[in-house]
Amino acid sequence: MRRSTLIGGSLVVVFFLAAWLIKGAGASGESPYYSAFLITLAAFLTLAVFSFLYADNPVYKFAEHLFVGVSAAYWMVLGFWQTLVPNLIPRISRALSEQLELEYIDELWNVLYVIPVVLGILLLLRLSRKLGWLSRYAVAFIVGTTAGLNFIAYTRSNFMAQISSTFLPLVGDWTSWAAFVDNLSLSATGPLALLMANIVVVLGVVCGLIYFFFSREHSGTFGMASRLGIWILMITFGASFGYTVMGRISLLVGRMTFLLRDWLGIIAS
Amino acid sequence: MKATFEKLMLLDRRWVFLALAVVGVASYSLKDFQVPILVTNESRQIFAAIDELEEGATIFLSIDYDPNSLAELHPMTYAIMEHAFRRGVRIVITSLSTNGPGMADEAIRAIADSVRIDREYNGVMYPGREVVNGVDYAFLGYKPYPAIVILAMGQDFRIPFPADYYGTPLEELPLMENVRNLSSTECVIVITGTNIADMWLAYGQARQGFPLAFGLTGVSTAQYYPYLNSGQLFGLLGGMLGAAEYEQLADNPGLALDGMRVQLFLHWTIIIFIVIGNVGFFVTRKRRGAGGNV
Repeated sequence: MRRSTLIGGSLVVVFFLAAWLIKGAGASGESPYYSAFLITLAAFLTLAVFSFLYADNPVYKFAEHLFVGVSAAYWMVLGFWQTLVPNLIPRISRALSEQLELEYIDELWNVLYVIPVVLGILLLLRLSRKLGWLSRYAVAFIVGTTAGLNFIAYTRSNFMAQISSTFLPLVGDWTSWAAFVDNLSLSATGPLALLMANIVVVLGVVCGLIYFFFSREHSGTFGMASRLGIWILMITFGASFGYTVMGRISLLVGRMTFLLRDWLGIIAS
Repeated sequence: MKATFEKLMLLDRRWVFLALAVVGVASYSLKDFQVPILVTNESRQIFAAIDELEEGATIFLSIDYDPNSLAELHPMTYAIMEHAFRRGVRIVITSLSTNGPGMADEAIRAIADSVRIDREYNGVMYPGREVVNGVDYAFLGYKPYPAIVILAMGQDFRIPFPADYYGTPLEELPLMENVRNLSSTECVIVITGTNIADMWLAYGQARQGFPLAFGLTGVSTAQYYPYLNSGQLFGLLGGMLGAAEYEQLADNPGLALDGMRVQLFLHWTIIIFIVIGNVGFFVTRKRRGAGGNV
């Protein structure tokens, strides 16, 4: 390890230790030093992740590996205690149920619970080079059931509902030309705005689909519609990207607020 | 001029990060600067859905996000919960994401503390009161596999959640007496930043037809607007801006309205850098070869 790394690392440790002690001394409540430790640790990890913006470094690597490790362990523990233990143990073993203070469920169909146990064990066999192929049965079961379930559910919510919502009347509440002209206004909910909105939706859908139709050359009127389609797609991606930037900046604001308010106490809560 | 832009085109991106950090920290000091918020119809619909309910009505709130979306989604949860509790609307709460229970528990505690204080919102005085577990809210907790839990809650809350988060059987909670499933609540509001939103649409709203609204992270907001137009959603809060809109409607300024000020200055900084980058690109273009290299 280089001398400069050692000095830098030591300075970081001393700085955060001092920050913890100062924060703890100024805090109130039942266990001020414990809560101060948690806040200081969170601040250290936040700054450790931000340090990647300057350059990749060992502090960032530490925070990254800690996050991955803690997340994996948390998921495993939660999966075990929230899914396996309450659903499986009370159905396969009376003795284990008593040991874990769970109510034993004595049902005829309990034998069916052996199937997920076997499939779970097969999945874990991926770790073995010789028997890894057996895990494909469990994966095939998961893929098959998920595809089957989603096919019906998503056909209704994402396919039928979305198609029917594009079958729009180009003129809403049509009675006559005279009534349409009489009611014309620049209101966002008026008939003119509705007419424009519906035209944009119908044209956007048709032209967007034409852009993805490759069985005919994109020239002439067809080509114009295709070009309009790509514009519609670009505007959609732009809106999505704009929201993404806003979302990322919101996360930055959240972390900055944490550092300045909760950790340093510079801004009032 | 050209030389300046040539230098700018070679600017190390770390200067941009530093500029954002400086502008962000500095904008916290401009406490009096309020960002005007234009409330969208989709945000207003969610506010109205709760505001127009009678006292004692029940809504369902699913807090399906983890700490990584906390900055955007926690303000929404806070604003909706406080609004509902102040209006005397009861809430059934679940969390279908792994770290959701911690988020929900924190929000319940914070809002319960806030509701104890007398406050005036939109010119109406709301006296402080105690928010009681099992009466004003029922927190059912977390269960894995959201799609299956949503399907089960469509039949009966008691199938996936025989007891609440604190271990009390649902039969013993006064709030749950006449609330059997998702359709027996006035509306379902889901706050999430993951694909759990898709599951709520496919396995919840499409099958059971209850009124559904989303509070989403900025990243996922744009992709759910088609569901708003098709009537599958009655409202949509998009990112911190959506939360700020709700806070403004509820006359309850919080983290989101405060954060919008910082966000505005950071967005302007980004826009300025984008403009400089583009002008620099066109000014120095003549010196490039066909391949675009300087």
